[in-house]
Amino acid sequence: MKLEELRFGTELLKRGFASMQKGGVIMDVVNAEQAKIAEDAGAVAVMSLERVPSDIRKTGGVARMADPEKVTEIIEAVSIPVMGKVRIGHFVEAQVLEVLGVDMIDESEVLTPADEQYHIDKKQFKVPFVCGARDLGEALRRINEGAAMIRTKGEAGTGNVVEAVRHMRTIMGEIRMLRGLDKQEMIDYAREIEAPADLVIECAERGRLPVVNFSAGGIATPSDASLMMQLGADGVFVGSGIFKSSSPERMAKAIVEAVNNYDDPAIIAKVSTGLGDAMPGLDVHTLRDDEVLQTRGR
Amino acid sequence: MDARIGVLALQGNVSEHIDAFLLALERMGHGSSSEVFEVRNPADLAECNALALPGGESTTISRLIDKNELFGPIQQFKGGIFATCAGMVLMATDVADPRIHPLGLMEMAVDRNAFGRQKDSFEADIAIAGLDGGAFHAVFIRAPLVTATGKCVMAVSRIPQGIVAVESGRYTALAFHPELGGDTRLHERFLKRLVRQFPE
Repeated sequence: MKLEELRFGTELLKRGFASMQKGGVIMDVVNAEQAKIAEDAGAVAVMSLERVPSDIRKTGGVARMADPEKVTEIIEAVSIPVMGKVRIGHFVEAQVLEVLGVDMIDESEVLTPADEQYHIDKKQFKVPFVCGARDLGEALRRINEGAAMIRTKGEAGTGNVVEAVRHMRTIMGEIRMLRGLDKQEMIDYAREIEAPADLVIECAERGRLPVVNFSAGGIATPSDASLMMQLGADGVFVGSGIFKSSSPERMAKAIVEAVNNYDDPAIIAKVSTGLGDAMPGLDVHTLRDDEVLQTRGR
Repeated sequence: MDARIGVLALQGNVSEHIDAFLLALERMGHGSSSEVFEVRNPADLAECNALALPGGESTTISRLIDKNELFGPIQQFKGGIFATCAGMVLMATDVADPRIHPLGLMEMAVDRNAFGRQKDSFEADIAIAGLDGGAFHAVFIRAPLVTATGKCVMAVSRIPQGIVAVESGRYTALAFHPELGGDTRLHERFLKRLVRQFPE
């Protein structure tokens, strides 16, 4: 093996990394202590951020990348992969997280967007990216920009799974619909949803997105997590749902177990028993337009 | 031999291994009587004559093997085992990490995430002893390394950092991901070795 022929940061390495997360739970954490709780509960990775989404809703203001000191503290605390959130379009926050050694970057609508026109040109990075999407067009635009993983957006910080369900059903339904189209109709559909035609055709052929697709934004209970897996998610992100519940350690373990046994209601029943209170929930229909996070970036 | 290949489906890169074994069987000219399926519990395992331990998060997979009561059954499993990345960590006797409960099936010491973080993950063409058709394009993702081997474990590939592929009887363990990239030569070699040992 010639050392000069090693290749780093390729598309295969980025998508391969995402693929290793399948069947797992990725948990939002704001410090080393929470990161350890997540790792002990069986999380496949942790997402480092300054405040969990429900706190971002409460405190308002501009939500940014976490303090590098916190990110480093979390990286040093656990052996599982550490991800980090950056603002949509804020490629310098992404450069900073890459230098810190974060394993995957989430270009996230949960933080305040830095660019209302452009997302980050993710192909310029060695580190893989995950991005949110509400429908097939949005997912494929992000993949075309270099995202190695998609997560359906849901509505973060609400503890209400309804938007996560809507977005997962939309994407899976669009892909199922594509399989009945001929090539010309697929190209026409690609134009309609503003997505590259080759990616639309690839989805139709494979019957799924070309990258791993997780669910996010409103998962608060083991049943919610199992619901998203049964609707076709490859895994789940849980944000406020763990550390805003009354017993984070137990909730974290219960959600991991629900994802690993998502098609076994007896196990979901067992792990849901005596868990204490889930995070307080919000009716998404009562949110003002400026409180809705999912419409950021499109 | 009809191959009945189970892929441990607790977490990680499961569907890619299923696809790679199906492709390997097709290339070897196996009929439709061979099967590849997911293994999630001891009853599934009892149906297999070969088992793949896929990549994923080794701490998570280790915990789930215990939880799903698969630890003893995998240790006593009489068929072949094909382990990649996290799977290689689990096959070892010695892993310097208390969160891993190693199966101890191959006498070797393994270092988790030996190359560093995701940005240090890499692709490279590596030489594998006795493999026809030239170098193997290997994909290393937060990969482990073998740091020491016992008497029955044969190192079949070494890179400057250390050993990345080992074989021992009916077991194969790889630090990289042969299921990513479409080259099924290592899957085929594993199956051929099994046929030699279990002609029925």
